[in-house]
Amino acid sequence: MMNMPVSERSLGPAAGQGTGQPMVRNDNAQHELSVRVRDLNLWYGETQALKNIDIDVYQHNITALIGPSGCGKSTFLRCLNRMNDLIPGVSLQGLVEMDGRDVNEARMDEVALRRRVGMVFQKPNPFPKSIYDNIAYAPRMHDLVSRKVDVDELVERALRDAGLWEEVKDKLQEPGTSLSGGQQQRLCIARAIAVRPEVILMDEPSSALDPISTATIEDLMDKLKRQYTIITVTHNMQQAARVADYTAFFHLGELVEYNDTQTMFSNPATKKAEDYITGRYG
Amino acid sequence: MSQSFDEISAQLRRRHRKTTRLKWMSMGALGLAALFLVVFFGDMLAKGLPAFQQAQIQVQVDYNERAAELPLAAVQEDVRPLVSRGYLRLIPGRMEDNPELLGTTRKEWVLADSAVDQYLKGHHTGLRDGQAAVVERLQADGRAELRFNSGFFTRGDSKMAELAGIASAAMGTLMTLLVTLAVAFPIGVMTAVYLEEFAPDNRLTQLIEININNLAAIPSILFGLLGLAIFINVFGVPRSSPLVGGLTLALMTLPVIIIATRTALRSVPDSIRHAAFGVGCSRWQVVRDHVLPLALPGIMTGSIIGLAQAMGETAPLIIVGMVAFIPDVAASFSEAATVLPAQIFTWAGEPERAFVEKTSGGILVLLAVLISLNATAVVLRKTFERRW
Ligand SMILES: Nc1ncnc2c1ncn2[C@@H]1O[C@H](COP(=O)(O)OP(=O)(O)OP(=O)(O)O)[C@@H](O)[C@H]1O
Ligand SMILES: [Mg+2]
Repeated sequence: MMNMPVSERSLGPAAGQGTGQPMVRNDNAQHELSVRVRDLNLWYGETQALKNIDIDVYQHNITALIGPSGCGKSTFLRCLNRMNDLIPGVSLQGLVEMDGRDVNEARMDEVALRRRVGMVFQKPNPFPKSIYDNIAYAPRMHDLVSRKVDVDELVERALRDAGLWEEVKDKLQEPGTSLSGGQQQRLCIARAIAVRPEVILMDEPSSALDPISTATIEDLMDKLKRQYTIITVTHNMQQAARVADYTAFFHLGELVEYNDTQTMFSNPATKKAEDYITGRYG
Repeated sequence: MSQSFDEISAQLRRRHRKTTRLKWMSMGALGLAALFLVVFFGDMLAKGLPAFQQAQIQVQVDYNERAAELPLAAVQEDVRPLVSRGYLRLIPGRMEDNPELLGTTRKEWVLADSAVDQYLKGHHTGLRDGQAAVVERLQADGRAELRFNSGFFTRGDSKMAELAGIASAAMGTLMTLLVTLAVAFPIGVMTAVYLEEFAPDNRLTQLIEININNLAAIPSILFGLLGLAIFINVFGVPRSSPLVGGLTLALMTLPVIIIATRTALRSVPDSIRHAAFGVGCSRWQVVRDHVLPLALPGIMTGSIIGLAQAMGETAPLIIVGMVAFIPDVAASFSEAATVLPAQIFTWAGEPERAFVEKTSGGILVLLAVLISLNATAVVLRKTFERRW
């Protein structure tokens, strides 16, 4: 449960705050539940990085995670596809539920989970293979396709969905690393959607890119949300305001405010969020 | 008050002088090292190149019944001491194999005794006066000359210098290194993969890591003792065989390969691992499909250098009995064999003048192989170097 200091400004009864739901609902958005997080705590060794996180993430929405550096956004994101398992000394408590199943339960295979929850990283990290193989690798590995024609088709569809097809269709055999930074990031997005996941996690996907590539990625995210649930971390307030349906503000490991993006940016319920959004907080 | 330019320059001059002095000292050191290298190579080449030539003389060979009994009788008395005994010994056998030779007399170029060889190469010590005159006469008639010594590469060791070659040792080296590679490469790479990609970072793995690093610094002769104690005494692997030699060298090469592989694995950026985990690879798939291919050039380079090191090793092989007089090429991995450095060591101990050039010739061959191995390693590294 969230403990809100009394000093913090609050808009009426903080509806749904303790239940993990956004304070104000965005009525244009979908409200099918995708990921349910309850009372999530995480420690790196002795230091607690996430404290009592409750949040419901809705399907076919873009949910933006914002907050000052070191507040636990990436850590939270990694809880959703269990990438934290790779970091030694991490301990975790609480519920992360998808499809009615706890992703951390012993029976859950993290490989299966990561097939349904894809990830795009801050720095574009294509495999040092050809553009084609970057896309084809994972579907082949998961036995989604095996015949050459099917693989070809899947590669084309993924690249089209990622808005990269026109640029690379003539050089599919060239190394993925030969593309520009923005193209590489879209290649990584294509790689993530090639296995048809349900959720795509993006950790500052455009922070290493120029404004034009950033705009391309934002357009892409907007298109992709029809098919996928997108959870993205961003340090760029305008970006969050532009693309996200819901925004969650983290601070020192706590989820301070979770709200409809419009409300969050026009009329935030908490003082901390307001200070951060208006730039009064570093 | 701040200092003037002149004051600062005065201080700087001292510092600049120090820099210059240090620069000259390092260049001097480099020059000295280069000089040593030139002297070493020059000396080896001067001594060793003659080993690639061998004296042959043209004599009349009588293939008759007497020669079948007493091979010496096949050649005239005056040139008899000049012909290699090793060659003469073969005559009866050749007559048995080719009966049509019987009763014929042929002029043939035959291998000369090593004393003749040395005489032609300017070392006038081994021949008696009368014999020297005969050699002079033959040479004047164009019936004695130095020719390319193919036997050096095709024959095994021999007590007769003109017959001694490196074939058995070279084959022994090849077989030994094959065993070393077959054992050390898979074990070394898998160990490194486990330590680097799978093992938790705890006391035990740290202890193992420290021990592996120390193992690389152990005097190689101790590995020989270990090989003797374990492979020969416990497991009964035949002494002097490429098998036991290869296993012993594998013990020595293992830490080198493990360390090289770990370094190569560590140089693969984590972003690649994250990308692979992110699309749902299992740990093994991450390693097999993404990390190992990127690390492979580094692994191969390290392994080749480890093998080159093992190839030049003699001490541990003395202990397992591979330094010995082995004239024949080993036919299997369990037969007695010797290796190139051991062959060089054996020749270096021979008192005869003719073996001095054999020793240097052997060293030249060994150096050539080592240099080409290291060059292969460099080429591999350069070709497969990746940027990401
Ligand atoms: N691998 C790790 N080991 C130990 N502590 C970590 C590790 N990763 C993150 N932390 C700590 O956890 C806290 C949250 O880090 P996290 O990376 O999630 O922040 P973030 O909100 O993503 O920051 P940024 O905006 O700078 O990316 C920080 O205090 C950080 O020091
Ligand atoms: Mg982060």
